[in-house]
Amino acid sequence: MWKRDDAPRPAVAAVPVVAAVQPSMVSGGTEETRGEQRLRQEESATIGRSIVIRGEVSGGENLTIEGQVEGKIELRNHILTVGSNGHVQAHIVAKSIVVLGQVTGNLTADEKVDVREKGSVEGDIVAPRVAIADGAKFRGSIDMRREQPSTVTDWRAEALEPDSTTPTREPVSV
Amino acid sequence: MNAGEAGELVASRTLAAFLSLVFSRPVAEVVDLGPAIGSNITFLSQRIGCKIHVKDLHAELERHAREDALDRFPDFLHRHFAGYKSESIDAVLCWDLFDYLAPPAATALAGTLIQALRPGGALLAFFGGGGARGRSYTRYVIHDERHLRHHTSAGGCERQPGLQNRDILRLFQGLDVFDSVLLKSGVREFLFRKRES
Repeated sequence: MWKRDDAPRPAVAAVPVVAAVQPSMVSGGTEETRGEQRLRQEESATIGRSIVIRGEVSGGENLTIEGQVEGKIELRNHILTVGSNGHVQAHIVAKSIVVLGQVTGNLTADEKVDVREKGSVEGDIVAPRVAIADGAKFRGSIDMRREQPSTVTDWRAEALEPDSTTPTREPVSV
Repeated sequence: MNAGEAGELVASRTLAAFLSLVFSRPVAEVVDLGPAIGSNITFLSQRIGCKIHVKDLHAELERHAREDALDRFPDFLHRHFAGYKSESIDAVLCWDLFDYLAPPAATALAGTLIQALRPGGALLAFFGGGGARGRSYTRYVIHDERHLRHHTSAGGCERQPGLQNRDILRLFQGLDVFDSVLLKSGVREFLFRKRES
């Protein structure tokens, strides 16, 4: 779908590059406290309304897109939010994806894809949990892993049993 | 329709059998021809464990009506479903879509669906009602294995004159009637199954 070879290489001006700083260490060489780690985890970057990015976006913090992104987005351990002004044409891979704007492309999340009321997705979704709000637009396929086959219980066998109250297996006459 | 509206709760006599047929197939692929409804997707995906393809043909029908291009809808259906390999789908939820299709479009859609169904696959369709009248249509929300909630929304397409049972059987020639029920409301539920090869 994406001609990555033809596309200009990352003009990732607005997206902070994942720094070489590792989570457990800071530049001074001292161990980060848990509070500092939590603060880092809560960090979030925003691609503003006027920003247009064509290419590949990746990062090590949560990201909100209010502008336009075309290409590929990869935030494997973080949350991607496509804001209400965001327009994304990209293959997205993230821990969780929240869509309030428009997305064209396939979405893959390790945890959850959440398409909110005004959100629009045209593409295929792969995630263990998917929520699509009333009013959201969606066209594509959804692939979720089967959680507990046993959650479908007694009605299954019963449903396939001949039922005396069910009129007939032939078409009814009206 | 407001998100909070409850909708009319209606019993379905064929839904449970349809779900059982789907559940009996490993990693089933289901095509839902209605609008994307989050709770249906959650129900089908998490409880039944299937892969769902949402194809909102009501929206496409409305678009063709707005563009005064309903005569091109059969061609659109052929193109739209061309991506599906023959016998690659385990089940289809048509809801009451066929009530809105003119005969050429109904024939085109039924033909492509029959071709796309795997042997043993199931197709559920409702005819002649669902609560919507005139230019409105019904969104079917799965409440549980035996009940649906009907939400009526405004639409731009009118229902076609009701199909007789013989027309329905002719339309789905190549599928067996697994179950069919006439509800008090006048709605006829048909559960078809493709013969195992």
